[in-house]
Amino acid sequence: MSALSIPVSAEDHIQGDPAADCTLVEYGDYQCPYCGQAYPIVKKLQKHLGKRLSFVFRNFPLTQLHPWAESAAEVAEFAAANGKFWQMHDLLYENQARFGNALFVELSENLDLLPSQLQAAVTEGTYHARVRADFAGGVRSGVNGTPTFFINGNRHDGSFDFDSLNDAIEQILSQRTHARR
Amino acid sequence: MPNILPAGKTAPEFSLPVTPDQKLSLSELRGKPVILAFYPADWSPVCGDQMALYNEILSEFQKHGAELIGISVDGVWCHEAFAKDRHLHFPLAADFEPKGEVARSYGAYRAEEGVCERALFVIDRNGVIAWSYLSPVAINPGADGILQALENLPK
Repeated sequence: MSALSIPVSAEDHIQGDPAADCTLVEYGDYQCPYCGQAYPIVKKLQKHLGKRLSFVFRNFPLTQLHPWAESAAEVAEFAAANGKFWQMHDLLYENQARFGNALFVELSENLDLLPSQLQAAVTEGTYHARVRADFAGGVRSGVNGTPTFFINGNRHDGSFDFDSLNDAIEQILSQRTHARR
Repeated sequence: MPNILPAGKTAPEFSLPVTPDQKLSLSELRGKPVILAFYPADWSPVCGDQMALYNEILSEFQKHGAELIGISVDGVWCHEAFAKDRHLHFPLAADFEPKGEVARSYGAYRAEEGVCERALFVIDRNGVIAWSYLSPVAINPGADGILQALENLPK
């Protein structure tokens, strides 16, 4: 079974308590339609599992298939540098159909980020290395397409519908509960 | 499940079309590590499929001086359309006639379905199999095993 080679750390974008019993890591591509399908499913899991789950997003842009994937990843990292990663992450997935520079500028303005700074960051590739490092780590962990999920470090090879992910997570959580007894 | 050729065996020689008017022989690549990726079919209906993934990480393979060849039983025109659509930058070999002969020689043919297994081989500079892996056909094996095998090759 393929396992996460880069442990979750403070370098990651993480929602929820890092010490939660279960950590779900997604390697995703903002322009991938399947990641777009997974986006509301993850939201639903977070709502359903509450404090028992933390969620980490890492970049895996398939640039040969999706011409805006790399830029979108850099836009999200730019927002992260300004403390607004998750807002941008969500806006990108909610506006997949309109990808392009005009949208990226519009979303930045919505989040009170300066489009001039965004343009400079994308032109200079300020966040390129971060995105590539995520990608390389994903490859070493056995990421095999997008989205790829890891549940407490192990690749989830089942489907990414709500029930399949939730069952896999519940299984981990029940093992944890038993271990404490 | 068939038994694919294991590490230590000499990789069977082949010469297969990679374009409508070009063939590629394994022996032409002697002196370089070669990655053979047998896969069931072009046009699998997911993005980020196995070939698209390898395309994204070609530079990682190239750091090891390795050549990647994808092999399925699809014909050259099918391969050409698929490679063009997915912007693939590595050759796809057509194990089309006699159908699946090369895949059979590596133990990587699914006779019932008439397609290749999802099987990976890393061949060293001397033409000997250094690592092989048979993936469940529905599961894209990713690239971590290939990279590990390339790293383990003697320099």
